[in-house]
Amino acid sequence: MTVASSSPPSRLPLTGAEPLVPTKGAKARARGDGALAAVFIAPAMLGFLVFLCWPTIRGIWLSFTRFNLLTPAEWVGLDNYIRMVNDPIFWSSLGVTVEYVVINIGVQTVSALAIAVLLQRLTQSSLLRGIVLTPYLMSNVVAGLVWLWILDTQLGIGNEIITAIGFDRIPFLADETWAIPTIALINVWRHVGYTALLLFAGLQAIPNDMYEAAKVDGASEWRMFWRITMPLLRPVLAVVLIMTVIGSFQVFDTVAVTTAGGPANATNVLQYYIYGSAFGRFQFGYASAMSVALLVVLSAITVLQYRLTRAGQSDLG
Amino acid sequence: MRLRTLTALVGALGLSLVTGCAQGGSAGSSANTVTYWLWDANQLPAYQACAKGFEKENPGLKVKITQLGWSDYWTKLTAGFIAGTQPDVFTDHIQKFGQFADLQVLEPLDDLGIKDDAYQPGLAANWMGQDGHRYGAPKDWDTVALFYNQKLAKDAGLNPEELNNLAWNPKDGGTFEKAIAHLTIDRNGKRGDEPGFDKNNVKVYGLATNGGGFGDGQTQWSPFTASAGWDYTEKPRWGTDYQYDSQTFQSVIDWYFGLAEKGYMPPLSDYNIQSNQANTQFAAGKAATAMDGAWMISTYHGFKGIDVGTAFTPAGPTGKRATMMNGLADSIAKGARNKEGARKWVAYLASDKCQTVVGKAGVVFPATPAGTEAAIAAYKKKGIDVTAFTEPVADKKDFRTFSYPITNYAADVTALMQPAMEDVFGNGKPASSLDETNDQINFILNQ
Repeated sequence: MTVASSSPPSRLPLTGAEPLVPTKGAKARARGDGALAAVFIAPAMLGFLVFLCWPTIRGIWLSFTRFNLLTPAEWVGLDNYIRMVNDPIFWSSLGVTVEYVVINIGVQTVSALAIAVLLQRLTQSSLLRGIVLTPYLMSNVVAGLVWLWILDTQLGIGNEIITAIGFDRIPFLADETWAIPTIALINVWRHVGYTALLLFAGLQAIPNDMYEAAKVDGASEWRMFWRITMPLLRPVLAVVLIMTVIGSFQVFDTVAVTTAGGPANATNVLQYYIYGSAFGRFQFGYASAMSVALLVVLSAITVLQYRLTRAGQSDLG
Repeated sequence: MRLRTLTALVGALGLSLVTGCAQGGSAGSSANTVTYWLWDANQLPAYQACAKGFEKENPGLKVKITQLGWSDYWTKLTAGFIAGTQPDVFTDHIQKFGQFADLQVLEPLDDLGIKDDAYQPGLAANWMGQDGHRYGAPKDWDTVALFYNQKLAKDAGLNPEELNNLAWNPKDGGTFEKAIAHLTIDRNGKRGDEPGFDKNNVKVYGLATNGGGFGDGQTQWSPFTASAGWDYTEKPRWGTDYQYDSQTFQSVIDWYFGLAEKGYMPPLSDYNIQSNQANTQFAAGKAATAMDGAWMISTYHGFKGIDVGTAFTPAGPTGKRATMMNGLADSIAKGARNKEGARKWVAYLASDKCQTVVGKAGVVFPATPAGTEAAIAAYKKKGIDVTAFTEPVADKKDFRTFSYPITNYAADVTALMQPAMEDVFGNGKPASSLDETNDQINFILNQ
């Protein structure tokens, strides 16, 4: 069986009542609608301009200045960017962030996909779907604090259990090697249910008759997963990946709560370094330059992901 | 016509908003109100009592006190400076003083008539800016001492007299290291100074850890570096040359963090600023002693089931015992709306009248000698002996007190020193690696 043999999804039929060339009345109505539309769009557009466009433009401008918030910004040209390129902590922060993203997205995507497929193929229970989503209902800060206490090297219940079964204590959040994987997994724990639910919604859109046809042809679950589920889920998976990668690069709260960037910069992710430079050291110019760098990195990754995964096209129909 | 109606409506709405805002803005800062912020919830009742006295003396003036947690406090204050919603008067920390002076957000207090000799030595002088103006009125002070678990000390055969007379040196650690080693017990019940001691499986550490200590080491290494004769910078205030590259400093640091390698102090991986500070290790029975500040007296004495004693910091190679003596102050924001009222309130806060009231609450040592006496008496009433904290201030012959480092770029120093010290403590880097960090810091200070 092939994917192409399935019937195309239903589309809204053209009514035929609408003439192809607009009449004079329709044009007038369109103009009237335009004004009304503008009124409806205006609040959102205002928010977009004030809270997104303006801060972005101002942020880019600030990245070329020395600015401490309280005295006027002073133009310094490319100084902040030169400093950034020569700043070992910036590069180590970027490296730490990439390590976090790779572990976080890798484990999260595979687990979420497995959960979503199991939810679709094995059970219809909404109770189970609810349970899967539970950690997501908790705030990041609370999740971070709870895990911090569970994993505390000296006093945490997690380490008590580890020693009770005969192993040495593990400094999950206090050791250079363990800290980033631990934070990445705490966030996997919190977000995997939500990601699974998004993928599950994507799976629901795959027509069931494909699986039935495949079954008739004698295909195994494993084969159906690779031949039906994966190809047809690809656009949804791609969008989910783009969203989660962007979110993952912006990790901040879990780090702030559990390790505060330590030990010895081992978890000083880019967002945390930017925050510290701006609100701790009042170097808003330099922090803006690093934010612009993060924006560039994220844009490049998103475009690349979009291209590679053909997120805008569907194989269905 | 419709357009005109709309314009009128929008205009009216806008006007009402503007006037509404204006009213809102002035309501919180009328000529009769002084707004005041502090972070310590324990001290709130004491300052409320002070405010009552002030309002009685100044009919028509009201003090509105707001208490915020330590971390929210500084974020909100900074936001307030930017948005113009800062309080008229706020509790200031020496760690932030340099930065606030740089940002020019503080109001000079020269005309308040603050005299150095009206307060415990050194407290008033610390709040003089580099421009020669005063920016803070002394309100309280704290020192550091050694808290110990009386039962664990008794089990180890150490009496209070011995613990009060410890001495250390960077070579063999002296009687201090011997005591700490003896207080340490491994999983098999062996003490730290006994043969067969298992340093990787310690049940009770001799000394709790408070982490790497950033650039000041207030409750970590500073009692040791100072009693070895070391200073943060080339002069007591507003120095431009940090001395983390000094041989003396680095030898002390190697010895101090070496205590963790020997198993007498928990490794950095056991420490967490959120979940497991020194006082938590002490309360959980994981550490027999902890070096901590006077602001923690009530906390330590509040631990259930633990009888707490306090001892002087150990005498160092200079023959003196040393402790940081840090003090808070009250500052007026440059953008204060009620500067006249603010000046009156700060003068009152800095007076014996208010500081004696605060002292009587027994939660902090006020800056004036009379306030300090009131606090000592109040602690005594609660059954708490605070000699280990007060004697270093009274006895200049056997003790050395020193200030928190006061320089420009304090936030940058902290940002650079935190990971550098954690590298030494946690990742086994030699203290000589601090040479490079010191160069970076001095480069920033001299740019």
